[in-house]
Amino acid sequence: MPRVSALDMPDVPQGQLPPHLELQRTRVLCNSDAPIHTENIQYSGAYASMGVDNSDGLNKFLSNFKVEVTKLTEEDMEFDMVGIDPAIANAFRRILIAEVPTMAIEKVFIANNSSVIQDEVLAHRLGLIPLNVDPRLFDYMSENDAPTEKNTIVFKLHVRCERGSPRITVKSDELKWLPNGSEFVLATEKQGSNSTAKPKTYTSFTCSQDTMPEFSSNPISPKYPDIILAKLGPGQEIELEAHAIKGVGRTHAKWSPVATAWYRLLPEVSLLQEVVDERAEELVKKCPAKVFDIEDIAKGKKKATVARPRACTLCRECIRGDDWEKYVSLRRVKNHFIFTIESTGALPPEGLFTEAVKILEDKCESLLTVLS
Amino acid sequence: MAMMMSSRHCFKVKWKSLTLLMEHGIHADHSAATFSIENEDHTLANAVRFTLNQDPRISFTGYSIPHPSDARVNIRVQTTGDPARDVLKDACQNLMGMCQHVRDTFDKAVVDFKRSKVVDAMDVEH
Ligand code: SF4
Repeated sequence: MPRVSALDMPDVPQGQLPPHLELQRTRVLCNSDAPIHTENIQYSGAYASMGVDNSDGLNKFLSNFKVEVTKLTEEDMEFDMVGIDPAIANAFRRILIAEVPTMAIEKVFIANNSSVIQDEVLAHRLGLIPLNVDPRLFDYMSENDAPTEKNTIVFKLHVRCERGSPRITVKSDELKWLPNGSEFVLATEKQGSNSTAKPKTYTSFTCSQDTMPEFSSNPISPKYPDIILAKLGPGQEIELEAHAIKGVGRTHAKWSPVATAWYRLLPEVSLLQEVVDERAEELVKKCPAKVFDIEDIAKGKKKATVARPRACTLCRECIRGDDWEKYVSLRRVKNHFIFTIESTGALPPEGLFTEAVKILEDKCESLLTVLS
Repeated sequence: MAMMMSSRHCFKVKWKSLTLLMEHGIHADHSAATFSIENEDHTLANAVRFTLNQDPRISFTGYSIPHPSDARVNIRVQTTGDPARDVLKDACQNLMGMCQHVRDTFDKAVVDFKRSKVVDAMDVEH
């Protein structure tokens, strides 16, 4: 966009931004040296002198906001979110990564570990296993809470490699869910050994988790059965109990419900002048993402067209060298987000996004309560 | 006993709840104040700053995190005359309204997508 001196500009019609300002307001221009106009003009009175109201207002937002899902599987999804400010879109992304809770193994009680993998490394590996359980069914456990069926899930793992047999690989499917809680008796209990009462263990479950309707038909297990935990040589053994609790990714990444969640802005590639013949061929060849196509126009002449702007990776190959920047303009639409969510498995990706939005709502609600 | 977990959504139980620590400067002039909020970060502050900025009663707003190891954020609100606290409340309300709309629109888009998938699958069968 060439710069125009203010004196040469035609009179600005009131109530409407001149085209170059409108472009700066709504697009990032990706020039060969650096992107420009990356900022978002949020202030409602930014264009007041031109009689333009820059506030999005709730009503304007309600009528302009659009969502379109482009891909949805059990594990990941991609959708377009149009007409929203990055401040809000980024809040959703940050909440997805750090504040939507899941269940993950937090405490590991190791009774025996003669394998080559150290206790703490093994415990760390266990923590990172995604669990196939809806975290909404559980409570957070704070420091002084006793582990109960409402806040703890217990797994046991007991594998031994017999002498004389070949080495074995311990995978996540060896983790067996204990719906009745821990089986390890508390050390302080043993001396007193009151034979009539049930010995105290590391958890105090009042009922079995598998009697709960959510789990009776759908037992808790690791999401994937084939995650390698350790390898055992002949004579080696691992015996442990792993306790999973509810937490958020802000504390530790093992509680993050997403492998990753990110967005990119919609690319917009536009040809400022016609690109024909050899130059058209050259342009098509330059682009590794195959954004351009060739169209035949009359008399054996060829013309380049922008066929797949969405595929543009912004490598800027097409504006390198010569005066290509005069022909091609690379832009990004500032309020069009291509959002991708990859779930680790506890909740489907669309459920995660809904929960993330709810969490932001809850935050507003609590701020409102403390303010009044 | 078995029903204790039925359909109750524990997301409501906050992980760490937000607290308003102080409101600086509100006594001298109620149209300008700094709200110091604990256990929140850019996620809420930046979103609220956006909705605040969209309010024509605002003359200046911004936020800062005074120290990265304190879980605290300061939101500065200066208005053209209205009480800063009320304008901040309205901004929260607007943000909530936006969130609800995002959720509704998103849920609808997911349903539409799933339905179109079912239709596609049926077309293939025929
Ligand atoms: S920036 Fe790269 S991917 Fe995008 S159109 Fe140009 S050459 Fe193609």
